[in-house]
Amino acid sequence: MPSNGAPIGTPTKVTQGSKTKGGIGESTLRPDGTLKVTGEFAYSSDMWHEDMLWGQILRSTVAHAEIVSIDTIEALALPGVYAVMTYDDLPTDVKNYGLEIQDTPVLAHGRVRHHGEPVAIVAADHPETARRAAAKIKVEYRDLPVITDEASATAPDAILIHENRDDHHVGHVPHPNIVHRQPIIRGDVEEAAKNADFVVRGEYTFGMQDQAFLGPESGLAVPDEDGGVHLYIATQWLHSDLRQIAPVLGLPESKVRMTLSGVGGAFGGREDLSMQIHACLLALRTGKPVKIVYNRFESFFGHVHRHPAKLYYEHGATKDGKLTHLKARIVLDGGAYASASPAVVGNAASLGAGPYVIDNVDIEAIALYTNNPPCGAMRGFGAVQACFAYEAQMDKLADKVGMDRVAFRQLNAMEQGTVMPTGQAVDSPAPVAELLRRVKAMPMPPEQQWLAAGEAADVRQLPGGLSNTTHGEGVVRGVGYAVGIKNVGFSEGFDDYSTARVRMEVVGGEPVATVHTAMAEVGQGGVTVHAQIARTELGVAQVTIKPADTQVGSAGSTSASRQTYVTGGAVRNSCELVREKVLEIGRRKFGSYHPAWATAELLLEGGKVVTDGGEVLADLVDVLEGEFVEVEAEWRHRPTEAFDLRTGQGFGHVQYTFAAHRAVVEVDTELGLVKVIELACAQDVGKALNPLSVIGQIQGGTTQGLGVAVMEEIIVDPKTAKVRNPSFTDYLIPTILDTPTIPVDVLELADDHAPYGLRGVGEAPTLSSTPAVLAAIRDATGLELNRTPVRPEHLTGTA
Amino acid sequence: MRVHFTVNGRPQEADDVWEGESLLYVLRERLGLPGSKNACEQGECGSCTVRLDGLPVCSCLVAAGQVEGREVVTVEGLADFAKQRAEHGGCASGACGTSLQDAREWAAEGHDSQTGEGTELSPVQQAFIDAGAVQCGFCTPGLLVAADEMLERHPNPTDADIREALSGNLCRCTGYEKIMDAVRLAAARQGEAV
Repeated sequence: MPSNGAPIGTPTKVTQGSKTKGGIGESTLRPDGTLKVTGEFAYSSDMWHEDMLWGQILRSTVAHAEIVSIDTIEALALPGVYAVMTYDDLPTDVKNYGLEIQDTPVLAHGRVRHHGEPVAIVAADHPETARRAAAKIKVEYRDLPVITDEASATAPDAILIHENRDDHHVGHVPHPNIVHRQPIIRGDVEEAAKNADFVVRGEYTFGMQDQAFLGPESGLAVPDEDGGVHLYIATQWLHSDLRQIAPVLGLPESKVRMTLSGVGGAFGGREDLSMQIHACLLALRTGKPVKIVYNRFESFFGHVHRHPAKLYYEHGATKDGKLTHLKARIVLDGGAYASASPAVVGNAASLGAGPYVIDNVDIEAIALYTNNPPCGAMRGFGAVQACFAYEAQMDKLADKVGMDRVAFRQLNAMEQGTVMPTGQAVDSPAPVAELLRRVKAMPMPPEQQWLAAGEAADVRQLPGGLSNTTHGEGVVRGVGYAVGIKNVGFSEGFDDYSTARVRMEVVGGEPVATVHTAMAEVGQGGVTVHAQIARTELGVAQVTIKPADTQVGSAGSTSASRQTYVTGGAVRNSCELVREKVLEIGRRKFGSYHPAWATAELLLEGGKVVTDGGEVLADLVDVLEGEFVEVEAEWRHRPTEAFDLRTGQGFGHVQYTFAAHRAVVEVDTELGLVKVIELACAQDVGKALNPLSVIGQIQGGTTQGLGVAVMEEIIVDPKTAKVRNPSFTDYLIPTILDTPTIPVDVLELADDHAPYGLRGVGEAPTLSSTPAVLAAIRDATGLELNRTPVRPEHLTGTA
Repeated sequence: MRVHFTVNGRPQEADDVWEGESLLYVLRERLGLPGSKNACEQGECGSCTVRLDGLPVCSCLVAAGQVEGREVVTVEGLADFAKQRAEHGGCASGACGTSLQDAREWAAEGHDSQTGEGTELSPVQQAFIDAGAVQCGFCTPGLLVAADEMLERHPNPTDADIREALSGNLCRCTGYEKIMDAVRLAAARQGEAV
């Protein structure tokens, strides 16, 4: 057995399980695991139907242009082609869609605003025929000047990306090419700056990251006999899709039936619609099932990306190391359409100070409209970019003060009761200093004696790897730390509810619970957790998880680290309502046999009704004989409120979550190659409902943070706003050779406001991973490195 | 054109195949075997990895016409393939692949694909489930085929060996740690079984 890896299959921290086997706190295995390892799990791209056609989208080859003409005659004449549709063929007056602002055309009308915008769609009997037909559509463009940055977007004579805006942000933005602006003002920054013995300023650049989920955008639309359509789709939120799709089709929502098919990862990239409306339009036009599957090239154009950002930060500290003030300006590039930009702005602003006590804060965050690719949700959602900047600042400031970098952070770390710059007091554990202590206390990976090993050195463990570029010459090691803060759930007053339908009955002589939600399982393991919750609450062994669809109420989005909290909360709530009804039946049937039915606290455990003292009153099979109980109920977390538009004050977030990282890197300073040796993480999860899945989330999020530290960036040509690297050949994500061991220390400090005390897990590890790696590279090289990702030329001085 | 080849031990025939169609397309769209995945269709991600006459290849980069008369093993046949191999004495030497002869003599057994329940799994498939190496699962089929082939050649790999062997398979969910655990677990169980 290899000795340097984590112990096999054992979580770092084992939590206490419930009395019913397979309940919360246990590392139960995925219910979809067998189907996924045998290749039989049906992803959206695996759908197939008799007489199915293939859809293809024609996308703009330029970023900003007027459309002079579109000629579809040759495409329509190609044998095997069933339909070609453009803007003129849209069936209703609703021709735009969008998550919050309906500014995104289903098909371009008169103008394209970014490279790769959908212009026309084709259905044919073979995907290659559809591609060839799309290539035969002649589109004449008249180029317009491209807007690519803040200066060009806000110039006095700047062409407006969207004319006649009527969204509810336009009234408070300084320029119509700014989607949303959120200031956060607290204390008196100018006055506080006078007390600063040290001030550090930095300008930081965060590159455009892609979610790079592996399952491409895809789905199958099947026309229904009643004139409606049934869409089998990979998405993060069925009901949000439904709300946007139905009006464009001119159908009531009841006639657009949606079933979740297998989702090959999401990470925010499936919050917006991609091919959903196009497939439905073609299916309704042709009367045949239509399947659309993007290839990887198209996928890079088919979903929003993480906002690239420019961040301007000024921090001050006294000579004993206390932070005095923060001035920050965060400019996010939202690209051509709004997507989730307003909410990303709210997050970047409200979390822009990081997990620190700073009484005097002046933050401004904006998102631009430009002709760059549209940007929206990605894991970490605005908090990622800010964390990169404030953590670089913390290192610089600690050095100026002359303190240890971790100790400096711990001195200024927020804790329970700290008031955020928004005025919101943090009312659950905020173990920032403790997480830093834990991650620092983890054993360091051994020093590697490369040069001493000579020819015997295993080049696979060196920068450059199998390229055999060094045996240790020019290789230096560095260590870096970072910590971050992320919100959980939808914020700023959003009605962020979930729905769960739970049924209990006897099947085959056994009590069985059935859980039906519309939650999008995208790989995170929500289906595993729902079954665990039902076992814990209802005391059954057998739980059936029904496929997610729109036959049950909304479960909200699988994003914002919210599903275990909110849909998990809804499942628990519905289970509690079911339990009450089961106990009512029990009292009716058996109440006269034992006084405890009326007097004791009753639980369902191990297939039985028991008192809180452990006395068994009845078998669930006997209680439920000839009966069934079913409840569908919505569940809400506590409400939030909008941030004040001038001051940013407000109870804006449901819950905060924290993670800290330590990165150890080795850098070949001659070639600028980086090898991350280890990336350790400590995170507070409140309560680990499934420890194995929690650790999987932390390791996956950590690795996405590593990617944007050293390799991942969508390169957009600043002259043309065209995407230069839409492929896995040119957009690199970490391979197993790039990814180090990721030891994880899980802390469980309950949040009393949340179900079971849990804290959303998925996003926090993506925040601090990137700045920790950057800090380690700076430590190794002594370079300032104010942008991410770091490329070799930034390390060799040849940029 | 018409292409004849063997998939998971069964002779198959695909009609009306275009010259430009990949093996991946024929498996997924013509033979009803969508287990091999289409994450990039350009040979970068490994999600479509299959065995072609015993060798792991990206089926998206193999033209369907190239497999005429040859043997293909996909994730759908992996469990039976591994079982067959074990019954033929496994591979303890660390240097044996699957011979063409063995590949030709082998045939997958059918099983119910609706629920996955009662499905017999290969050691590496079981290890991926047990170790938590499956999240969204889209990379899983390709990784399983590649990991199984690696363990066949190399039953006692070091971590560096595992990473090198699986470096052509991208995963976006797990950070690879649980995949490492799974392959170590499969190797350990394989060692115990010998």
